[in-house]
Amino acid sequence: MTRQEFRELAHNGLWKQNPGLAQLLGLCPLLAISTNMVNAVSLGLATILVMALSNLAVACLRNLIPYEIRIPVFILIIAALVTVVDLAFNAYFHSLYLVLGIFIPLIVTNCIVLARVEAYAAKNPALTSTVDAVMMGAGLLGVLAVLGALRELAAGGTLLAGIEMLLPGASALHLFGDAYPGFLLAALPPGAFFTLGCLIAAYNAINQRRAARRLHPPSNSPLPAADGRAGASAPLTS
Amino acid sequence: MSSEATPNAAQTALRTAAIMLLFTLLFTAAMAYTYHATRPAIEASREQEQMRLVDEVLPPASYDNALLEDYVLVGHTPPPGLDKGARVWRARRAGEPVALVMEAVAPDGYAGRIALLVALGVDGRVSGVRVTAHKETPGLGDYIDPRKDRDKHAPWIAQFAGRSNEAAHWLPTKDGGTLAYRSGATISARAVGQAVGRAAGWAQAQGPQLYQAPAGSRLP
Repeated sequence: MTRQEFRELAHNGLWKQNPGLAQLLGLCPLLAISTNMVNAVSLGLATILVMALSNLAVACLRNLIPYEIRIPVFILIIAALVTVVDLAFNAYFHSLYLVLGIFIPLIVTNCIVLARVEAYAAKNPALTSTVDAVMMGAGLLGVLAVLGALRELAAGGTLLAGIEMLLPGASALHLFGDAYPGFLLAALPPGAFFTLGCLIAAYNAINQRRAARRLHPPSNSPLPAADGRAGASAPLTS
Repeated sequence: MSSEATPNAAQTALRTAAIMLLFTLLFTAAMAYTYHATRPAIEASREQEQMRLVDEVLPPASYDNALLEDYVLVGHTPPPGLDKGARVWRARRAGEPVALVMEAVAPDGYAGRIALLVALGVDGRVSGVRVTAHKETPGLGDYIDPRKDRDKHAPWIAQFAGRSNEAAHWLPTKDGGTLAYRSGATISARAVGQAVGRAAGWAQAQGPQLYQAPAGSRLP
């Protein structure tokens, strides 16, 4: 894998085809789990693990899987790997499992996992497939973390509530003090939709501004290539 | 060319089914292997989790037997609201009864059942109570769970320790009892208090029988 390929995979997963903001895949956990930051980030990490394993497994076995039954086989592979991860978490990361236990099985139904297997790992070698899975998963993790942080902050004025279950001794940040009345809507399912809508709007606004700047570069910009646009835009314009 | 060149639907089905079966075998084997490899660790952490909870209601230094192995199974007993197959653990020191640790259920919480772990000393006094599962309103009724209680220094649930079995001890002050409660969520406090009271009464009445039954036996 060349550096250029790696860069492209990273840019696709983290920004251009971000599962949470651009592809809008994997919304089930995105909306259900993001009531606080600790849950959101923990589930994001578990999802990265499952995605990397399933992309790796499918990429290795891709020449043995007949095209006509690929989807049942993919689902079998994903379900088996989620079961393995679920058992492994229960056995070796028990405190994390107490937080995530009920969410890990839901990863089976996260369409981003099947989507990357079908769209990428079924046609590409093992290494790039794994990198693709990690980058896509990281893109989802980023959105989950921001969504979780915003909702938690709006709902209760805290950040990182529940961190003590992962890191004993750590405690949540109470940013707005005890007098903060709380904004319950943010913690409820509609709050997830509203917050995600705002994030997608911000994402689109940034993309539009970037596109506009690429067409009409500001004349007073001293170093046009210094902000990394030159590197990033090369694969985009193709 | 032979007929193999254009297989009919049945042949395709059989061939793909065979491949499917191979994959199923492969990944089922992976799951079965993981299940067996992780089982001891999962059992250990489940036991550790249970022990941690028991330690919260009963001081570990007060008994010296292997508590988790010294239990009796009780059937459906209306007073403490135990489910079928619930366990009552016996704590002993030098063979003498010290306390009973039992599961109890408050069926009348604000949002359904509240599952409790109650430890009762042989003197009839409560040693400690913990809420193990509940669906009370976050921020309002969930103070019954010390992890959610805002008052970390004197959590609400701690007031049960040392109480003897008297009717007033299991009623909120609002109902003429002695149990403190947080305003706006009397129902949660009343449900827990009443459930602890029922468990205490039942354990007192059944006490000798509960301590004497052989470990692992089932009481009606």
